Amino acid sequence: MQIPEPYFTRLFKPVLFILLLLPALYYAYGIWQDTLGANPLEAIIRGLGDWGLRILLLTLLVSPLRRIINCPQLLRTRRMLGLYAYFYVVLHLLGYLWFDQFFDWEEIWFDILERPFITIGMAAVILLTPLAVTSTKGMIRRLGKNWKRLHSLVYPISILAIIHFWMMVKLDIREPVIYSILLAILLSERLYRKIKT
Amino acid sequence: MLILKNKDLTDNDVTDFDIYQNRRKFMKNAAGVGIAAATGLPLIEANAKAVKSPYSTNEKLTDYEDITSYCNFYEFGTGKSDPANNAHTLVTSPWTVTVEGECEKPGKYNLEDLLKTVSIEERIYRFRCVEGWSMVIPWMGFPLADLIKRMKPTSKAKYVYFETLHDPKQMPGQKRAVLDWPYTEGLRMDEAMNPLTLLGTGIYGKDLLNQNGAPLRLVVPWKYGFKSIKSIVKIHFSETQPVNSWQKANKNEYGFFSNVNPQVSHPRWSQRKERRIGQFRKIKTQMFNGYEKQVAALYKGMDLKKHY
Repeated sequence: MQIPEPYFTRLFKPVLFILLLLPALYYAYGIWQDTLGANPLEAIIRGLGDWGLRILLLTLLVSPLRRIINCPQLLRTRRMLGLYAYFYVVLHLLGYLWFDQFFDWEEIWFDILERPFITIGMAAVILLTPLAVTSTKGMIRRLGKNWKRLHSLVYPISILAIIHFWMMVKLDIREPVIYSILLAILLSERLYRKIKT
Repeated sequence: MLILKNKDLTDNDVTDFDIYQNRRKFMKNAAGVGIAAATGLPLIEANAKAVKSPYSTNEKLTDYEDITSYCNFYEFGTGKSDPANNAHTLVTSPWTVTVEGECEKPGKYNLEDLLKTVSIEERIYRFRCVEGWSMVIPWMGFPLADLIKRMKPTSKAKYVYFETLHDPKQMPGQKRAVLDWPYTEGLRMDEAMNPLTLLGTGIYGKDLLNQNGAPLRLVVPWKYGFKSIKSIVKIHFSETQPVNSWQKANKNEYGFFSNVNPQVSHPRWSQRKERRIGQFRKIKTQMFNGYEKQVAALYKGMDLKKHY
């Protein structure tokens, strides 16, 4: 499957760009119109985290999907997806630092030490940062072979993200289970290909 | 006792604080239920006539809308808005409460009969959830001690525990075994007899809505919210310490006592601060949720880090 080039760059990618922006717009509208319920700050923090994870998984779907539907063009959406995942994850972190802790660094430090799910979440964001920074064309060229190596960090990062989510859930683990299954499929597909070659 | 259902409440029926205050003044002056009925005011008559209590806080009340839309009541789903969306299937009238165990007056009691001899008070309490949020709720209710005295517990009664209705048809969340149904909560006898401990029948001068645990629930303001069991159908006096539902689900995280304690942190929620619903900034959590004066003596000599 091949999308004619002008449609791909002028329609498909911009539409994808806007779609990925919608969750952020939803929460912005929610703050403005007060539609996020009794605990809007928590709704925002959780929601941004959910979308960060979802888009991260979507990023991992690109490479197998383009093989399945035979559409190499899809690879050219991966940077946008990855940067969007980072965008939501950073907002998620900012939401925690601001609305949850009000930049009380002592309290944040306690949190990192005391609550393992915070520690793991922080680690995931920190690890994701060099990937976002090195996503430009220039960086890809400069890093050469190492670029791929560096960016395979995305696998442990997504595992950390799911552990983070899983540990946060109180009792009803349906959602983390779904994400775990999706990630397991995505990772085992890669493992399978690696063993085969 | 007249119990009517107010299923068709809309946003327009939500009382804000000023109106509520004025209404209270009006109700005080009103000659009786006749006027309340004629003006379409609260429905359980005793709730509407609740007398004020010195145990009430004068902090700003949480909006009725927030109290009735942001709830943890897993019997109707695990999401915060699930109870408000799903609890309409619960039938609260007629309602029977079974009293059993170590007491002289066991039996099945109609709610009306239980309420006949008590006087309903208004108690404005802080309510602190283990998840790190809190509210200020004007409850209507009566001291649990009043009911316990009537049931004449024997000397063997060291604890009292409660059960929520177990009926997946009325409580669709019970179709999934997220918790071991029925929901169970308990108190030590001295905790149960403490004058702060309330059996709640209403909020804001109105009947409890189903999502808030209608028609009868526990309110223990110095403990995390999950201790305040909802829609009670059984009261059991026992010699041994009962295992409450959350302790059963995860005993490393939830204990029997579950007193609000900013020094004992939960693996997921720091308990040092809390988000008061409706406020932007967080506030410091107080020992025993600010009821230290009334309850600290109950735990003298106990290591509260161990007995969390």
